[in-house]
Amino acid sequence: MADPMKIRASVMGDKVVVKVLMAHEMETGQRKDSAGKTVPAWFIQNVTATHNGKTVLSAQWGPAVSKNPFLEFRFSGGKVGEKVVVTWTDNKGDKRSDEATIS
Amino acid sequence: MKQSRRTLLKASSGATVIALATATGVFKSGNVYALEWNKAAFDTKGLQETVKAMGGTVATESKDISITSPDIAENGAVVPVSVSSKLGNTESISILVEKNPNALSAAFEIPSGTEPFVSTRVKMGQTSNIYALVKADGKYFFATKEIKVTLGGCGG
Repeated sequence: MADPMKIRASVMGDKVVVKVLMAHEMETGQRKDSAGKTVPAWFIQNVTATHNGKTVLSAQWGPAVSKNPFLEFRFSGGKVGEKVVVTWTDNKGDKRSDEATIS
Repeated sequence: MKQSRRTLLKASSGATVIALATATGVFKSGNVYALEWNKAAFDTKGLQETVKAMGGTVATESKDISITSPDIAENGAVVPVSVSSKLGNTESISILVEKNPNALSAAFEIPSGTEPFVSTRVKMGQTSNIYALVKADGKYFFATKEIKVTLGGCGG
């Protein structure tokens, strides 16, 4: 299991600003190791964020997203104390889901 | 003969498993977790090719899309990029790097209620134009910006 994500969700005006920092290698599949062998691609393919069961953002990523990906987005309709859940799945089928309380 | 029968058996038992799984709702369609990944789009080389792989026809330039990023990135491995769109009914935002081995970096679906804005960090192999591709009202629009990548920490 991968390391937990850092998620911060805070109300700004009428919107909720969500910032997510994920821990992932995001290996491109282009790089070679010291022995000259290609390092196989290993990256997050899908990211989904939900609030009260409703999807507020979904994304498909390629290997060109930086290592330890950062993501910021904003949605309306969230209140302090409610939860935002972020889930990612990588190309090896590994999965991680974390939640944050809106503050 | 034996070989083909074995293959057939294998195939049919596999199909049964899928049928059962569908019936019990494991692969329920419309499930939030029924994830898909558009491999064709992530294999493309250029902007218009990506638009076609996403199911569109052609993308036109728009002034209503803005890209926020540094003009010069010292480290191509971590280039912060923000995209926001003022187009009505923005459905998706994608970030493309023209000179990367595959252009498409990330594609975001924007449901209603979510601001047409995303911010993330991408890798760039070299100085290149980046594109923000926005799907709004079923049509594709783009904006572009050049980011210079200086390698070796010379600071350009």
